[in-house]
Amino acid sequence: MVEHRPFLKLLSHLVLILGVVIVAFPVYVAFIASTHKTTDFITGIMPVLPGSDFWSTYKTVLFTGLAASGAPPIGLMLGNSLIMALAISIGKIAISILSAYAIVYFRFPFRQLAFWIIFVTLMLPVEVRIVPTFKVVADLGMLNSYAGLSIPLIASATATFLFRQFFLTVPDELLEAARVDGAGPLKFFKDILLPLSRTNIAALFVILFIYGWNQYLWPLIVTTDSAHYTVVMGIKRMSDVTDAEPQWNLVMAVAILAMLPPVLVVIFMQRLFVKGLVETEK
Amino acid sequence: MQTKRTIFSSKVLPYWLILPQLAVTLIFFVWPAGQAVWQSFLREDAFGTSTQFVGLANYAAILHDPGYLNALIVTVIFSISVATVSIVLALILAVAANSLLKSRSLYTTLLVWPYAVAPAVAGVLFWFMFNPTIGLIPYLLQGLGYHWDDRLNGTDAMILVVIAATWKQISYNFLFFLAGLQSIPKALIEAAAIDGAGPAKRFRDIVFPLLSPTTFFLLVVNVVYTMFDTFAVIHATTQGGPNQATNILVYKVFTDGFIGLDLGSSSAQSVILMLIVIALTFIQFRFVERNVQY
Repeated sequence: MVEHRPFLKLLSHLVLILGVVIVAFPVYVAFIASTHKTTDFITGIMPVLPGSDFWSTYKTVLFTGLAASGAPPIGLMLGNSLIMALAISIGKIAISILSAYAIVYFRFPFRQLAFWIIFVTLMLPVEVRIVPTFKVVADLGMLNSYAGLSIPLIASATATFLFRQFFLTVPDELLEAARVDGAGPLKFFKDILLPLSRTNIAALFVILFIYGWNQYLWPLIVTTDSAHYTVVMGIKRMSDVTDAEPQWNLVMAVAILAMLPPVLVVIFMQRLFVKGLVETEK
Repeated sequence: MQTKRTIFSSKVLPYWLILPQLAVTLIFFVWPAGQAVWQSFLREDAFGTSTQFVGLANYAAILHDPGYLNALIVTVIFSISVATVSIVLALILAVAANSLLKSRSLYTTLLVWPYAVAPAVAGVLFWFMFNPTIGLIPYLLQGLGYHWDDRLNGTDAMILVVIAATWKQISYNFLFFLAGLQSIPKALIEAAAIDGAGPAKRFRDIVFPLLSPTTFFLLVVNVVYTMFDTFAVIHATTQGGPNQATNILVYKVFTDGFIGLDLGSSSAQSVILMLIVIALTFIQFRFVERNVQY
């Protein structure tokens, strides 16, 4: 730093510690709630210290499910979420990198038009055009299927844009050298461009995995069959019990389980996460 | 549009490469968006047996609907509150973190993880914490003499969704401010310090003005976030209530279309929202074009 000011340093630490505590507090409360019995929530104020029912709560939630609200075991929902998140992130990366390759390395009629179709329309979040999109998926018979959960969400303007920007920075000499050596377009893509894009793909994967995992409205409307519930929307189905308080300990255990995978991804791949986040917004 | 100096000359291959992306886009984006526009000019009777073309009548009806006007006002209040609070808090935290060399990355890790929490889950966490019968916060507020009830009191409900949405957005803004702070040349700060400017003056006269592009960018992104991505926060908690107090525009599109089955009105609202998104995205792109150097 520019100068030595112990007081300012102390103040910074205090501000940050306060920030961390406030940010973590809701999750702490949720975790505490998940270690108690359902009956502990009937009267008065919720407990602030851990209870003794950690194992039994999580075991119930993961393997038995909640009979009262007709929800299947969370283990199944976590599996569905994983399938959906992987299908969305891998699908988005695959189709975007191919289309960016076509746009940057080839010249063909309607190139400009294709580029703009991809762009302009993908600005529209699924929430905005939810009713007609639902109708298309229903007409195609894709309700209650993994395809219906993921395919409508895998077109991505941001990923295409990111790969396009990256390809534009790849030196032309590489392509010239590859052509001199007799490499065709597919070989150049596979042996040169793909290895060069590794970090970008990984960074994008982190962001898209979180995006896919956290989808809420879309799975809520395209799945009516509980075998295809994802965990993020499942919470909602569980806390919606008519004329009664939900079983808070179980609901909070599900909330903890639902946030754990994406949060771990962010913590352990922080560098890639920050890179992905900052670059996809450009 | 930019391309490479040297390119491949294949005639058919590029179409195959672009086909998957284009097919998904056309089937799940262009077609439904077109449907929404078309629907917005139609009116179906209550049984869905007949449809007639009504021109701009759906739009006119929306603009005269007090419920829509209310949703518009609610959206503006909600967006501005979330954007302002999360930007201010994130800036304070980023400035504090940036001043610490050794512990900066530890604090970053501890502050950014809420980004990964689904908006719906964030909503449920706060719904529980603010639960009027067993929640912790209402209990504490009761001690201060305030009776909290987000299920009956519209203002309380709005505060609840603002807090939940803000909690999730701070991490995002924090990262961008931290990146912005680190790109400010150290020499500028040092020169000001040598000239006798203290930390507060340096922040006001050098750091903050240099951060203004970042701040503007975050303002646009946050408004987009609160207008659309917070759908799940609302749906998982207040469901637009009590008495429409948290019924934001995107939530109203959903309830009118899916629950009220008023497709004409819902589509017209969709079209208006699409125009808003396109305008905001346009502002954002223009801004990025001007400020990013490659």
